[in-house]
Amino acid sequence: MLKSLQVITDPLLDKNPVSVHILGICSALAVTTSVATALTLSLALIVVLTVAAGLISLIRHHIPTSIRLIVQITIIASLVIVADQLLQAFAYEMSQRLSVFVSLIATNCIVLGRTEAFALHNRPMPSMLDALGNGAGYALVLLVVASIRELFGAGTLLGYGVLPLVADGGWYQPMRLMLLAPSAFIILGLLVWAVRSLRPVQQETREFVPYEPERQVQP
Amino acid sequence: MIELFQRAIFEENLALSFFLGMCTYLAVSKRLDTALGVGVALILVQSISVPLNHLLHAHLLSAGALTWLGLPDVDLGFMRLLTFIGIVAGLVQVIEMLLDRYMPGLYRSLGIYLPLLAINCAIIGGSLFMVERQYDLAESAVYGVGTGIGWALAIVTLAAIRERLRYADIPKGLEGLGMAFIVTGLISMAFSAFVGVRVI
Repeated sequence: MLKSLQVITDPLLDKNPVSVHILGICSALAVTTSVATALTLSLALIVVLTVAAGLISLIRHHIPTSIRLIVQITIIASLVIVADQLLQAFAYEMSQRLSVFVSLIATNCIVLGRTEAFALHNRPMPSMLDALGNGAGYALVLLVVASIRELFGAGTLLGYGVLPLVADGGWYQPMRLMLLAPSAFIILGLLVWAVRSLRPVQQETREFVPYEPERQVQP
Repeated sequence: MIELFQRAIFEENLALSFFLGMCTYLAVSKRLDTALGVGVALILVQSISVPLNHLLHAHLLSAGALTWLGLPDVDLGFMRLLTFIGIVAGLVQVIEMLLDRYMPGLYRSLGIYLPLLAINCAIIGGSLFMVERQYDLAESAVYGVGTGIGWALAIVTLAAIRERLRYADIPKGLEGLGMAFIVTGLISMAFSAFVGVRVI
């Protein structure tokens, strides 16, 4: 039990797919202007990832190695289409705000990465737990970035006013920059810095080491 | 047309304002020459795949497109994503084979980057945006070339800066990925200065 719990909690910080493996940032940041869109996309990704991992793990002995990628992509893309259609049917406004980014879950490296690296070699139950954990790790990063951007960019969280705006007679002047693209990159960069300061194991080794000549010993 | 082209390169840069193709963008931007290779390969694939996907979408997938088959009520729009992924993957394979056969020199320098692009969000995303914004054939061709050039420009800029940063003294935890993000943020800010600038 403890081990399966670890499969879920590991990807949250120690093996976070975004900050450690640099997976799945494509399409992740564009939806972080508000918490609501980030939450919807994260939920969609977790569902797609978990179901895909379970399905692929179930048929892993029947997939020929040479065509395994195309089989996985087809399964994932079909699930994404289902998720997209469900969103359009039941949350049309949200699906308009997410525009093409729901479809882009299909090309998200986390999904293909986890099914390829884990689900192809493990039984369905651990695969789904691993998928759930990685999805949650991705969602965590997305939600942190989205909360910062929405709070400081618009003074709200999930649409509820937190900081009283100057326009409404309060004291907070919203930072419009937070709602533009550059801030997402910079916040994520600082987030990576924070995580790596807490977990020095994740730091990258230097490619270039300054040349230090050996000091001549005076006789 | 020129406005669309310019917007695709600067204002609506796929990498810097829509965060597309980020995995490749960060992974292969450590050296300038590899970044240049990926950039050129992406321009090539993007400028073929967007118009091609437009043709497919207009004549096979969109609502009422199958009238010529006697099926005016069929809407295959939901098959868009699966079709685009298949087309791009197939296209990359064909380009690879053609280059290998007719331009072995170019193949040797670009060949290893082409498979990376088979499932790149920038390429799929470009095609999906083309459908969402309802471009016609000429516009989608211009859009394809423009977004390709914009993405290549972004990755080459980042690679050039990262090559210099290798000699800089950066805090331990910020080195590599963290710094790449922050530099990208600054490049993105610089690119957003082009908003509203028009040549003509």
